[in-house]
Amino acid sequence: MDSFVGHENDLNLKATELRLGLPGTDESEKEMMCSFKNNKRASPESVEDSESVAGSDDKHGNRETPAAKTQVIGWPPVRSYRKNCLQPKKAEAETGIYVKVSMDGAPYLRKIDLKVYNCYPELLKALENMFKITIGEYSEREGYQGSEYAPTYEDKDGDWMLVGDVPWDMFMSSCKRLRIMKGSEARGLGCA
Amino acid sequence: MSGDDRCSGMSEDDGGSSSSYLTNRNGAGDSCSTFPDLVLENVLENVLCFLTSRRDRNAASLVCKSWYRAEALTRSEVFIGNCYAVSPRRVTHRFRGVSSVVIKGKPRFADFSLLPPDWGAHFTPWVTTMAESYRALEKLYLKRMCITDDDLTMLAFSFPCFKELVLVCCEGFGTSGLAVVARECRQLRVLDLIESEVSDDEVDWVSFFPENETCLESLIFDCVDFRINFEALVQLVARSPSLKKLRLNQYVSLGQLHNLMIRAPQLTHLGTGSFRLLENVAHSVQEPNYVSAFAACKSLVCLSGFRDIFAEYLPAIYPVCANLTSLNFSYANINAEQLKSVICHCPKLQIFWVLDSICDEGLQAVAATCKDLRELRVFPINAREDIEGPVSEVGLQAISDGCRKLQSILYFCQRMTNAAVIAMSKNCPDLVVFRLCIMGRHQPDHITGEAMDEGFGAIVKNCKKLTRLAVSGLLTDQAFSYIGQYGKLVRTLSVAFAGDSDLGLKYVLEGCPRLQKLEIRDSPFGDSALPSGLHHYFNMRFLWMSSCRVTRRGCQEIAQQLPRLVVEVFNWNEQEGRDMGDYIDTLYMYRSLEGPRADAPKFVHIL
Repeated sequence: MDSFVGHENDLNLKATELRLGLPGTDESEKEMMCSFKNNKRASPESVEDSESVAGSDDKHGNRETPAAKTQVIGWPPVRSYRKNCLQPKKAEAETGIYVKVSMDGAPYLRKIDLKVYNCYPELLKALENMFKITIGEYSEREGYQGSEYAPTYEDKDGDWMLVGDVPWDMFMSSCKRLRIMKGSEARGLGCA
Repeated sequence: MSGDDRCSGMSEDDGGSSSSYLTNRNGAGDSCSTFPDLVLENVLENVLCFLTSRRDRNAASLVCKSWYRAEALTRSEVFIGNCYAVSPRRVTHRFRGVSSVVIKGKPRFADFSLLPPDWGAHFTPWVTTMAESYRALEKLYLKRMCITDDDLTMLAFSFPCFKELVLVCCEGFGTSGLAVVARECRQLRVLDLIESEVSDDEVDWVSFFPENETCLESLIFDCVDFRINFEALVQLVARSPSLKKLRLNQYVSLGQLHNLMIRAPQLTHLGTGSFRLLENVAHSVQEPNYVSAFAACKSLVCLSGFRDIFAEYLPAIYPVCANLTSLNFSYANINAEQLKSVICHCPKLQIFWVLDSICDEGLQAVAATCKDLRELRVFPINAREDIEGPVSEVGLQAISDGCRKLQSILYFCQRMTNAAVIAMSKNCPDLVVFRLCIMGRHQPDHITGEAMDEGFGAIVKNCKKLTRLAVSGLLTDQAFSYIGQYGKLVRTLSVAFAGDSDLGLKYVLEGCPRLQKLEIRDSPFGDSALPSGLHHYFNMRFLWMSSCRVTRRGCQEIAQQLPRLVVEVFNWNEQEGRDMGDYIDTLYMYRSLEGPRADAPKFVHIL
């Protein structure tokens, strides 16, 4: 709503007018009052100095983007520290690396977002919970010991690899799909 | 303790032979010749030692001069609610034997960027004066103050018995200052940094603690926004056998947390840091047994942290849930299912902070289990106005039905109904703090379309113990009429985007005799309402009004009528020409014994 730009000249008159009507009957006036304050307050120097965040979009949006409801300084009243802690997560979640996960014997596949995990233990824990299994312990020499499951993945070259052999970042960029092997096939992988 | 009988027995006559005794005890500055019955005063001091509440002490000090002096001599804890209400020198002159000081600086709306930086609340004059007069100082609690590294250094070197430092919402200092405190305060028991801004001077402050066993009981640094030396921390924890409270920051991984927990099973309060693993952790090393680490902490009653939580690890905390009285999930992005798996194990929970990502469903689960809940805070994961919110009146209703002992609530939501608020007012009669933040400005009851007047009206009417109230949503003057009529115990009131006219403010100023802190923003209250508080402003800690309809002229009139009130006025845009009839951006006024402060920045005008 860019009405506040057009009303700039009228602003003082409307703002000082005494009203007896019920609130809500004149929505545009309420918007104007808020945007009146926005215009006054949106002095970049004073605003930016008092913010400790660079690039937070919800506070500086009032000038550039006339959204349906322009954001106001300090509203909602959540401390910027708290806002900063939570916002970065949202941005990350937008671009995920989704791969299919199949498990031998399971009737249907699942899909997971690899970006959610920081490292192998987290991925494995998630797989264990998702399929209600125990995957066992990984070692470079023996592969996965202690259970009948072994997590494998298909890489960019079309080869099936054991999960955990390469560094995590490399795994993330080369993994196309996951398959949790079961039984003798899985055990066979461990033999050197 | 009734003072009346004592007062009648006292006389202002002095016993000549006793004057030298008095001189020795009271030191320079007191005139012996006006002292009354010495024995009675001695007795009085011994009795007054048992008075701990500052309100009781304030009352006692008003009885007569003798009581005033005796009380001043025996007061060991001083509370300064507004650092500009009184000067450091006046405090140290009146109270001589102080061991604990609390000072609060900036008004609360500073937290929401409504106060320009460099406004004030400097700790320097306080520490400088106390360094001379309070050599026995042990405890310092500061809130919303600007503290420099030099201040911390002076503190560290001036108080040989110093034991506890708690800094809440403070800023201006960094690791260098902390390092000096760690090194010099050999008796330090408590170092709590809570929601403060600490700058990274790249000094490894954790390494500065004494090398032998420390007295540390509480170390809280979850607000520190950069890595600390983890190895040094492990060794510190290992040599701090009295450590009970430890709150780590988000740079501490789950593996590191485990490392600390096994060395400190005696912990009662734990802030868990990130609660996930570091990136690229080689998993050829067996994953530690997190569950047994938690199980070993048999005294754990308070859990927080979970800054970057990997929810799959939540089951690790199950062993401690049964005894948990306080759980802070307010940085944990978890859904209803994940919350349910934990909360069902926490029947003793009294304090619960959480994100609205748990949705109404999560709140229903809380209501079903946590029958002893006293304090609930629901924060928004997405603090915007124009979105669909995950929690609503459904969650609030559920909580009110299930948690009848609720005393304090802070609830952020996008939509609400009067019905739910009224229900809470009836179901939870013990409510002392009710803060409802409907994030959409001027949002009415989303089912009836009415203003939220009746809901808040019911709160002030039915919750007879209510002392703190924050209102939101579409509110007419009627809401304020209710507050003025029923809110007789209300001490703190926060108003934003509410009301129709000056009447609203008048109702409050005239009706609420206990009002101490009134903070208002973006509401159409103007000059004609201000005089309604003339009889009361000096009983208040402060009045804050920003983006309202008060003019410089209106404020000037108040300033003239009440010379002991400091009336600060500031505008964000100094460049524009301002005259007396223009609205001011911000009015901040407070009582003070000192008159206009000398350290006001240029943009602050004191009328």
